[in-house]
Amino acid sequence: MPEQPGKNAIEVRGVRKVFGTGEHQVAALDTVSVSIRENEFFTLLGPSGCGKTTLLRLIAGFDFPSAGEILLYGQDIAPLPPFKRPVNTVFQSYALFPHMTVAENIGFGLEMLGKPKAEIKARVGEMLKLVKMEALAGRRTSQISGGQQQRVALARALAPQPKVLLLDEPLSALDYKLRKEMQIELKRLQHETGITFIFVTHDQEEALTMSDRIAVMSSGKILQVGTPWDIYDKPAERFVADFIGETNFLTAAISGIANGKARATLKSGATIEATVAEGFQPKDNATVVVRPEHAKLSNGKGDLAGTVENIVYFGTDTHIHVQLDSGEAFTVRQQNTRSAGCGFERGDKVGIMIGNDAAQVLRD
Amino acid sequence: MANFSIKHQPGFTAIAATCFVVLYLPIIVLVFYAFNAATSTSEWGGFSLKWFQSAWQNTQVIDATLRSFQIGSVAAVLSTIAATMAALATTRTAPYPGLTFKYAAINQPLMVPEIVTGVALLIFFSRIKIFTGYSGLGYLIAAHTAFCIPFAYLPIRARLENMDLTLERAAADLYATPWRTFRRITLPLLWPGILAGLMLAFVISLDDVVITEFVKSGGQDTLPTYMLGQIRRGITPEINAISTVFLLLSVAIVTLFFFISRKRD
Amino acid sequence: MATAEEIAKEAERRDVRTRWLLSAPALIIILLAATGPLLIVLVYSLLTPGPYGDVKWQFSPDAWVSVFMERDIFDDTLSLAAAHVTIFWRSIKLAIVTTIATLALGFPTAYFMATRSEKTRDIWLFLITIPFWTNLLIRTFAVLQIIRNEGIVNTILIKLGIISAPIQILFTDTAILIGMAYVYLPLMVLPIYASMEKLDFRLVEAGYDLYASRFQVLRRIIFPLVRPGVIAGSILVFIPAIGAYVTPSVLGGGKNMMLSNLIELQFGQGRNWPLGSALSITVMIIVMVALLAYVRNAGRAEVRHG
Repeated sequence: MPEQPGKNAIEVRGVRKVFGTGEHQVAALDTVSVSIRENEFFTLLGPSGCGKTTLLRLIAGFDFPSAGEILLYGQDIAPLPPFKRPVNTVFQSYALFPHMTVAENIGFGLEMLGKPKAEIKARVGEMLKLVKMEALAGRRTSQISGGQQQRVALARALAPQPKVLLLDEPLSALDYKLRKEMQIELKRLQHETGITFIFVTHDQEEALTMSDRIAVMSSGKILQVGTPWDIYDKPAERFVADFIGETNFLTAAISGIANGKARATLKSGATIEATVAEGFQPKDNATVVVRPEHAKLSNGKGDLAGTVENIVYFGTDTHIHVQLDSGEAFTVRQQNTRSAGCGFERGDKVGIMIGNDAAQVLRD
Repeated sequence: MANFSIKHQPGFTAIAATCFVVLYLPIIVLVFYAFNAATSTSEWGGFSLKWFQSAWQNTQVIDATLRSFQIGSVAAVLSTIAATMAALATTRTAPYPGLTFKYAAINQPLMVPEIVTGVALLIFFSRIKIFTGYSGLGYLIAAHTAFCIPFAYLPIRARLENMDLTLERAAADLYATPWRTFRRITLPLLWPGILAGLMLAFVISLDDVVITEFVKSGGQDTLPTYMLGQIRRGITPEINAISTVFLLLSVAIVTLFFFISRKRD
Repeated sequence: MATAEEIAKEAERRDVRTRWLLSAPALIIILLAATGPLLIVLVYSLLTPGPYGDVKWQFSPDAWVSVFMERDIFDDTLSLAAAHVTIFWRSIKLAIVTTIATLALGFPTAYFMATRSEKTRDIWLFLITIPFWTNLLIRTFAVLQIIRNEGIVNTILIKLGIISAPIQILFTDTAILIGMAYVYLPLMVLPIYASMEKLDFRLVEAGYDLYASRFQVLRRIIFPLVRPGVIAGSILVFIPAIGAYVTPSVLGGGKNMMLSNLIELQFGQGRNWPLGSALSITVMIIVMVALLAYVRNAGRAEVRHG
C-alpha cells in the first residue's frame, strides 16, 4: 500500500470484538484494520448488524476490543476510558441532557475539562453561531424540534475541539428535506473546522455524497476502503457492488491478467476489457459487474444480445430490463432526452454495448 | 338493541361501587366521630374539637408521635440511601453472577410475614441487649430501615430502568469522570424516584405495628403501638381524633407521592 | 503493555466489583436486621426453654414435637395437640377464605377500574391507593367501631326495627373475616388491575364476534389473560393473612386464637421461646409452599401466552 500523505488520525489494527462465550460467541468485528487520515470525512457504510456502530463505540471508548489495537495519532487509546479520550460523539438519539438548557449542554464538555467560565461562554457563543442556534440558547432541550436537537448535539460535540468527531447515524431521524440540508451543513462544518469526521450510516447515497473515503462493512468485516468513485465504479466484492447503487452481474472467463486489467469472455461470446479487483484469484466462473448507465442499447449487434422484457420509467431516466440470450438478466439505464419514449418496446431484440472501462471483475 | 358495550359484565359495576363505598365508609365514620362531642359512638352530640385537644395534651400521645417521627425519618433516609445504591448496582446491566441473589435479598423482607420477622428480631436483639446493655431506639431504627429498603428500592429502580444509558455515555464522552457523571446527570434525573422512595419508606415506617410491637422495649411506644394498647384496653374517642390526624398525614404523603410519580420530566 | 483482552477483562471485573460495593449497605442491613435473625430463630427452635423466658443452651427437639403433638403428662405418650391443630386450621382456613372473599370482590372492582376512560382511571387508582396506605391499625379500628354493639351497623338495624337487640358481631370469627377482607381488599385489587389494564379489549370483541356469551367471554378470554394478576393478588393476600396479628387481635378480642397470637403467647406468658420459634418457622414453611406454588403457576401462565 503506497504511503498516503498526511498523518493518520485513527489507526485500527487487527481489532476483534466478540460477545458471549463458548459456542454462543458472536464476532461483531472480525479482525478489522483501517487507517483514517486527519482532516478527512470518513464514512463507515453497511447494513445494520455489520459492526460499524461497534467499531465506532470502540473508538469512542464505550467498549473494549477483544483483540487488536486502536491508535490515535500513534498512541494506543485502548486502555483509556472515554472521558480521557479527545474524541467526541454525536449520538443517533442525540442524548441531550433534558434537565439542562441548550447553552448548558453545549458547554458541558468544556465544563468537565475545567475551562474558565469566560472561555466557556465565548466558545458556546461561537458554537451557537456555527450551527445557527443563537436564539434558542436558553431553551430546555426537550422544547426544541428534532432538527434543532440534532444541531445542538453537533455543537456540543464540537465545542471541546476534539481531534476526531464520531457521528453515529445522526441524520436517520430527520425527514428527507432536513436530511439533505444537514448533509450539506455537515460537509461544510468538516471543511471549516478541519476536524476528522468518522460518519456511520447505512444509507449509501448519503455516504457517496458526503465522504472523502468510504469503508464498506458487512458481518463484522471491512470489505473495501476507497473514495466514492472507487467504491462505485470498481467494487471489489459482490456485496459492495450490490449494496451500492444498481449493478449488473455477468459470468465470464478471465484471461490475460496484467497490471490490474484483464480480458473477460462473456457468455455471449464477446470479449471485453475489464479492470480486476485486488486479490482476485483466477477461477472458472468469475463475476463481472457493469453499472446500468455504462451500457448502451441498440437495435443492432453488441457485446450482449437479448430481448427487452420490461421498461420502467423514472422521470429523469428509464430502466430497460433485458433478458439476455445467455439466460442472465441485464438492466440498462438510459437518460430521457426525448419527450416521447425511450426508443424501445417490450419484445424488441436488442444488442448491448458495454462502455470502455465500465467492467470490473469481482474478487469473489 | 341498546348499545352493546363489550366491556359490560353484569353486576361488576355494582360490586365495584359497593366496594369503594364500603372501603371508605368506616374511615369516614371514624373521622366523623372524631368531631363528635358525645363520648358514646352511637349518638351525635354536636361538633367538637375536644378529642383533638385532649389528644394534643396527652403526653403519651405526643411522646409516641415524636418517637414515630424520629424513627421514621432516620429509617427513611438510611433505607433510601441504601436502596439508591442497591438500585444503581442492580439495574441497567447484563446479568452477572450474584444479581439474582441480590435481587432476592433486597426483596426478602417482603416475602416474610411480619410476625416471623418480629419474632426473629426479638430474639436477636435480646441477645445483643444482654451483650451490650444498650436498649435505646437503635434496634427499632435498624429494624425499620431493613424492612423499608425494599419499599424505597421499587420506585428508584423503576425510574432508573426508564433512564437512557446513552445520557451517561454522552457525559463520559464529554470528559465527565464517573463521579461527575453521577452527580451532574444520573442523580438529578433520578431525583424524583429517590423522593418517591423516601416518602414510601417514611409511610411504611410510620405504619408499622407488628415488628415494632415485638422489638420495642418498655416505654418505647410508637404511635401505632400506643394506639394498639389503647384499643385493647377499651375505646376512647381520643383514638378517633389521633386516627384522623394520622389519616390526614398519610393521605397528604400519598398524594404527594402520586404527583411525583406522575411527573415525567 | 496490557493486551486488549486483559483490558476488557479488567474493566469487567472493576464493574462487578463496583456493583458489589454499591449493594453492600443494603445487603448488610437486611442481613443483620431481617434475614440473619431468621437463622437464629431456627437455632432457637432446637433449644430448651429457660425458666423466665429466653433459652437454655441445650439441644432439645421438644419444641418441634410440640408444634403438632403434645405429651400426656401421665404416661408420656404423644398425641395430636388438638389445641394447636385447631389454631393452625383456623388460621389457614381464615387465610384461604379471606383470599377467596377478596378475590370475589376485588376482581369486579379491578375490572371496573380498568374499563373506565383513560382520564378517570387515574382517579379510581388514586381512590384505591389511599386505603392501601392508610395504617392497618386505623382501618381495623374503623371496622371495629362500625360492627360493635353500639356501632353504626347495629344502631341502624335497631332503628329500622329489623332486630330488637344488637347482634354480637365483634369478637367473633366473622368479625375477623370482615376485618381481614376489608384490610386486604386493595392488596388484591392492585395486581389484578395491573394485569387488566394491559388487556387488549379487541380480543373481547373477537370473542363476542364469535358468538360467545358474556359469561363465556369472562371465563374463556378475560380470566385466563389476567391470571398472572389474580395469582399475584392471591399471594399478596394469603401471605400476610396467614401471619395476621393486628386484625385478629383487635377484632377477635383474644378469644379466638390465631397463629400469631399463639406465637406471641410463647414469648409472653407461655415462656417457651423455642416453641414460638418452631411455630414461626412453620409459618415460614407454609408461606414458602404458597410462594413455590405461585412461581410454578406463574411460569405455566407465561408459557401458555407464549
